[in-house]
Amino acid sequence: MEFATSPEIAQCFPDLHPAMDARAAVVEANRCLNCFDAPCMGACPTHIDVPGFIRKIAAGNVSGSARTILDANVLGASCSRVCPVEVLCEGACVLHGKHQKPIEIGRLQRFATETFYDAGGRLALRQRDERTQRIACIGAGPASLACAAELRQQGFQVHVIDRRPLPGGLNTYGVAEYKLRAADSLREVEMVRGLGVEFETRDVDAASLEELEREYDAVFLGVGLGAMHRLEVADAHTAGAGIIDALKFIAAYKTGTPLSIGRRVVVIGAGNTAIDAACAAKRLGAETVTLVYRRQRENIPAFDFEYDHALREGVEFLWATLPTAITANDTGLVLTCVAVTQDANGHLTSQPGSEFTIECDAVVPAIGQSPLLELLSQVRGVTMQRGRVAIDRATGQTANPKYFAGGDCVNDGREVVDAVADGKRAALGIADWLLARMEEHSG
Amino acid sequence: MADLTTNFAGIHSPNPFWLASAPPTNTGEQVMRAFDAGWGGAVWKTIGEPITNVSSRYSSIDWNAQRMMGLNNIELITDRPIETNLREIAEVKRRYPRHAVIASLMVESTREAWHEMVKRTEDAGADGLELNFGCPHGMSERGMGAAVGQVPEYTQRITEWVKEVARTPVLVKLTPNVTDIRVIARAARRAGADGLSAINTINSITGIDLESFSPRPNVDGKSSHGGYCGPAVKPIALNMVQQVMADIIDGPSIPLSGIGGIGNWQDAAEFLLLGCTSVQVCTAVMHYGYRIVQEMIDGLSNWMDANGFATLNDLRGKSLSKVTEWKNLNLNYKIVARIDEALCIGCQLCHIACWDGAHQCIHVDRVSGPVDGHVELHAQPREFGRERIVVTPIPRLDPPKAHVGPYATSLERIPRVDETECVGCNLCSLVCPVDECITMVEIPTGLAPESWAERSAAAECTTPRVSE
Repeated sequence: MEFATSPEIAQCFPDLHPAMDARAAVVEANRCLNCFDAPCMGACPTHIDVPGFIRKIAAGNVSGSARTILDANVLGASCSRVCPVEVLCEGACVLHGKHQKPIEIGRLQRFATETFYDAGGRLALRQRDERTQRIACIGAGPASLACAAELRQQGFQVHVIDRRPLPGGLNTYGVAEYKLRAADSLREVEMVRGLGVEFETRDVDAASLEELEREYDAVFLGVGLGAMHRLEVADAHTAGAGIIDALKFIAAYKTGTPLSIGRRVVVIGAGNTAIDAACAAKRLGAETVTLVYRRQRENIPAFDFEYDHALREGVEFLWATLPTAITANDTGLVLTCVAVTQDANGHLTSQPGSEFTIECDAVVPAIGQSPLLELLSQVRGVTMQRGRVAIDRATGQTANPKYFAGGDCVNDGREVVDAVADGKRAALGIADWLLARMEEHSG
Repeated sequence: MADLTTNFAGIHSPNPFWLASAPPTNTGEQVMRAFDAGWGGAVWKTIGEPITNVSSRYSSIDWNAQRMMGLNNIELITDRPIETNLREIAEVKRRYPRHAVIASLMVESTREAWHEMVKRTEDAGADGLELNFGCPHGMSERGMGAAVGQVPEYTQRITEWVKEVARTPVLVKLTPNVTDIRVIARAARRAGADGLSAINTINSITGIDLESFSPRPNVDGKSSHGGYCGPAVKPIALNMVQQVMADIIDGPSIPLSGIGGIGNWQDAAEFLLLGCTSVQVCTAVMHYGYRIVQEMIDGLSNWMDANGFATLNDLRGKSLSKVTEWKNLNLNYKIVARIDEALCIGCQLCHIACWDGAHQCIHVDRVSGPVDGHVELHAQPREFGRERIVVTPIPRLDPPKAHVGPYATSLERIPRVDETECVGCNLCSLVCPVDECITMVEIPTGLAPESWAERSAAAECTTPRVSE
């Protein structure tokens, strides 16, 4: 599974948070107070022992530090780059209370894990004896990888099945390149494969689900979310290839086949994916990138630091604006918009007579993904709640005890680290459930 | 501005800051640059028959990514001819008559050798002599340096030889590598020494290279114990300075030049308060250069002005009366720790330090709900953090977490001191990373001061009795 980022793409997307060198890492590590019951650790969905791994960096034990991280979070390397640390570990750092910069936990974590992997470090099995039980993980994104790695480390036989040619899910296809390159995501997948997890590329449908259920002792659903919601505007069909789904746009440039976006780009939506797409469009050469959002600045779903980053990249914002129609003309597309007002309950009303148009070359909707209802509704006994797979939070078990689930398909699209935490909890749930069943049968 | 001029047993200098005998005083060119930078005096790198040095020579201890908390060396005395050093001393004194040049000397332990060396040095114009009886490495193997300074009889005899011919003040430099430094100081005093300097460097091995298994500093795969100095040794030096200055057996104390980990004006002030007449600096200069003396002069002078000290004599030895034996301390003085909730950042280092390392009286058991005032109900200790299910907070999905309590730090993270159990040990206030957050507050006991000596007046508790 060799994959190299093209030099052109690499040049457009240098690291947003550059790597730390060893000396800087030791200096930063020594700033850590080593809090007891540290808030950073409590704020991390995977509860990495942050003071523990930082202390090991300070003491020159970088491989031990990496093992501490990877023991809690097998995707610790990618999380160190993609986590919104401002609202997680670093946001919880007590140094804020002293009006000091928080410890750069994300960059220290990246230093430890990358130094470890660069020196040939590998994940280790926790137990020598092989177990016979077989588990299928559907989807090869962060949730499935975390689930698969934990189960394999405990000696179980694990298969990961994904419809896309490259494993890694959104880590490979969907993260802004200046945070995580596809090649780095794939290196991490190789670590999981190195444990003895087997990967297959194929579609899973109703028929194959039945087969999987027969062949495997447990199934983990880490299927993520489905396609981007359709942009509901008049005459969208006339725009043709000018409307580019943000996730497809991001996946295409990340895997070496960037789509043509022209000089003038409009992104619809104001979530983190919209910001990623807007910044990428800017870096790929668009002269103007306008982000159109139907509500106000204070309502955006994107993190504040992502919004600030987009401003620095030169993205422009149009608030309280709703697209209503797209038409094509000689020079490109014409997006018709209307101003909207919002009442106290968040209800939006279009303002008659406020229509205006924006001329552009591409419209990139980033208005949220829909759940994979078609697939999930075929899983026998698994129940859904508001478009999410219903699970027991502590174990990831669904209403059908043989099925477990985690990641975006249960949490409605959170962060990589949340998917990892879900996957690991489910792995522990699966292991407990399988071992309890084994005892029942032998007893 | 305070008057910093110094008179050390007749050696005059514009301020009490002298460079210690070491690489910074190796040559006349260096000493003159040091005087230009502001140093009041310099003790010349020890003069004697030139030696051959090894490479490497220094190693150090870093602390929390700060360099050179402690420095160790295996360098010997000067490697330059005696006549070169003496010619340069004469040149320095010609150009800087108001600055103090003290020659550090070390020769073989014969009367003739010492007599000749003293005369030649004084003829060159040195303002005083410092007898190097302290060098702990190399020279001691040849019967010099610490080999003399560790034996009171040798110290006394050689000092007497020197005093037979010396016309300038004679300082004896004391080694800390003895059981009781006062015994050596007394020997020097008995021999008529005009002053002392302390401490010389401490025997040390700074560390082992974990790849080659060789100690540092590495000399072709091996090393030797060296002399330790720098910020790490200051507490040891202060204690020995106090011991020497408070010792009145065999006569009154004589002027002492304080040495050991002095790097700024505050360090210097502490040595002066324990009775030193001048201070000597080496490691800080080897780290940052001669320029640091500017800060030392400025800081000391500002502090003296602020405290109404016009001259160094006004403050010298002021802390000596405040050092006493343990048995004289007041047993009825009670302090307890108080945590300022408004300053607490919730690191809980005080809790774990007290819990594991002291007296188990700082608790993390404040309730997480609303409380009435800052006195709180005590909930059961919380479950350990790993068990909690936590997700990335997303504004669209999660209401912001409620902040608990009236302080910037959530109440559940602010530890609580059980004052009835607190022994007032200070540990929590030492580990607390926030200035003034944990203070030690006196709790009046209503009891008259009483020391152990008073309480056990009837009992004899002086020396341990060993049964035979």
